[in-house]
Amino acid sequence: MDRFDLAIVGAGPAGMSAAQEAAGHGLRVVLLDEQARAGGQIYRDVDRVARLRGDILGADYTNGARLTAGLRHDAIHHVTAAVVWAIEEGFRLCYTKDGRGAQVAADRVLLATGALERPMPLPGWTLPGVMTAGAGQIMLKQSGVLARRAVLVGSGPLLYLIAAQMVRAGTPPLAMVETQTLADRVRAMRHLGGALRGWRYMLKGVKMLAEIARARVPRHIGATGIAIEGEGRAEALRFTRRGRAHRIACDTVFLHHGVVPNTQAARSLGVTHRWRAGQSCFAPVLDDWGSTDVPGLFIAGDGAGIGGAKAAEIAGRLAVLGLAAQAGRLTEAERDRHAAPLRVALARDLAARPFLDAAFPPFAEALSPADDTVICRCEEVTAGSIRGHARLGCLGPNQAKAFGRAGMGPCQGRYCGLTVTALLAEASGRSPDDTGYYRIRPPLKPVTLGELAAMEGSATETAEKETAT
Amino acid sequence: MKPVSPFLELEEGPRVSVTFDGATLDLPEGANLAAAMLAAGVDVFRHTPVSGAPRAPYCMMGACFDCLVEIEGVVRQACMVAVKGGMDIRKPHGGDDGPV
Ligand code: FES
Repeated sequence: MDRFDLAIVGAGPAGMSAAQEAAGHGLRVVLLDEQARAGGQIYRDVDRVARLRGDILGADYTNGARLTAGLRHDAIHHVTAAVVWAIEEGFRLCYTKDGRGAQVAADRVLLATGALERPMPLPGWTLPGVMTAGAGQIMLKQSGVLARRAVLVGSGPLLYLIAAQMVRAGTPPLAMVETQTLADRVRAMRHLGGALRGWRYMLKGVKMLAEIARARVPRHIGATGIAIEGEGRAEALRFTRRGRAHRIACDTVFLHHGVVPNTQAARSLGVTHRWRAGQSCFAPVLDDWGSTDVPGLFIAGDGAGIGGAKAAEIAGRLAVLGLAAQAGRLTEAERDRHAAPLRVALARDLAARPFLDAAFPPFAEALSPADDTVICRCEEVTAGSIRGHARLGCLGPNQAKAFGRAGMGPCQGRYCGLTVTALLAEASGRSPDDTGYYRIRPPLKPVTLGELAAMEGSATETAEKETAT
Repeated sequence: MKPVSPFLELEEGPRVSVTFDGATLDLPEGANLAAAMLAAGVDVFRHTPVSGAPRAPYCMMGACFDCLVEIEGVVRQACMVAVKGGMDIRKPHGGDDGPV
């Protein structure tokens, strides 16, 4: 088994900048990523796509090529299309590539697993034709595929970005149905000072809104009672605004009300997580260098708390400075000297974040869905059955699994975990921290027996034992 | 199969044939399979094992498992697979004969 100084999981902005920084300090790095090409979701396939449709996607996307270029380095071993399904302390990482199991060992691990869309359970959200806004953007980036008759639903900057990109591509959305209210905007005003320091983000927002307005895309702000209708696939979106019922016939619904850290891998290693009220999600507990309470394990980027691509890139570098110093490759003085300008840049980049978080909060109806709304897509468990479990004395998500299979499907709770925690917390009157989250065990992604059988050497036995438990 | 897709493809490239539940689809070679199937007008990728409800890709990033299809007998996430000529793709049966 190959042994590296550092294993990085995820080749998005945090993982790519970290790999480059680490190589620069003489560390041997293995970078494992699920996709065939570097970039993560934000810079998906940028090397191939920038020249094809960079004008539609914009400079914030094409700039990612700067990071992918940095991966061409002798000390960086980039394993593409590698699905990591177990990380053991010590560290040993098990992954699948090309239908075979494989392993690498590393002294230290940096998780750069990024974000997931916040679950947005609404009536009809499991129908074909309903996707996350991120999915719409991934299709545009990687595949050049656009929805002809789409409605964008929810709130937040990503919703505006994808709308603007759809306008530029010649397929503007039929409408934007926005869940944030005027009151949210007013509440956000107390963060205006910070927002103005992050003026670049604010300016971008204003420009995108102007593009959307020029294309005459109708915007319905403060929508409630949102539901997707259809027989076998999405056919229309219903909602209420200012007491009036609306119905928009459409083929595709893109949902978005923010992104949340993808904590699966960190949780499988037992990293302590805490509820972050301002962003309504769990995030790992880290020190200034992204170090966790598991020795040698670091986390950077959106997986550590939502900050966006620029902040992720900087955090990747800071984490490597921290771990390189820990490994004795840098003195603490050198570490701090390298870090000082990065910390200034990070603070500047994050300045607008509290304003954005307050102005575009998650959609309240999706945080506490109606009883008959499905919340666990895999096992088709409804919000009502989780509330029922709570009445029977179920206090935590792990018990909810036993009561009714929520979170037992192949996605392992990635799209129901936060909803289950919220519903149980609400029913018991306890905090999300006290209610807790699913315990995550390997395999993090399903592995076939064939892939295990094709795993080299003695590793097979151990791996089989893991999946059996 | 639907004649008109709700999706528009920006570029034309070389295409190859695959079959989905016996029907032939011409998809861009090397493209993301889930996106290519959607663009070819496939609405429903699978039915859930619990209620039999129809499902199609939701996240396009390998996290939701709603895009599961069976390719040459192995259940896989269509959004994590590249199109290859001659692929024999089917709706997965039940839910328990897939990956462990
Ligand atoms: S669409 Fe979610 S895993 Fe493929």
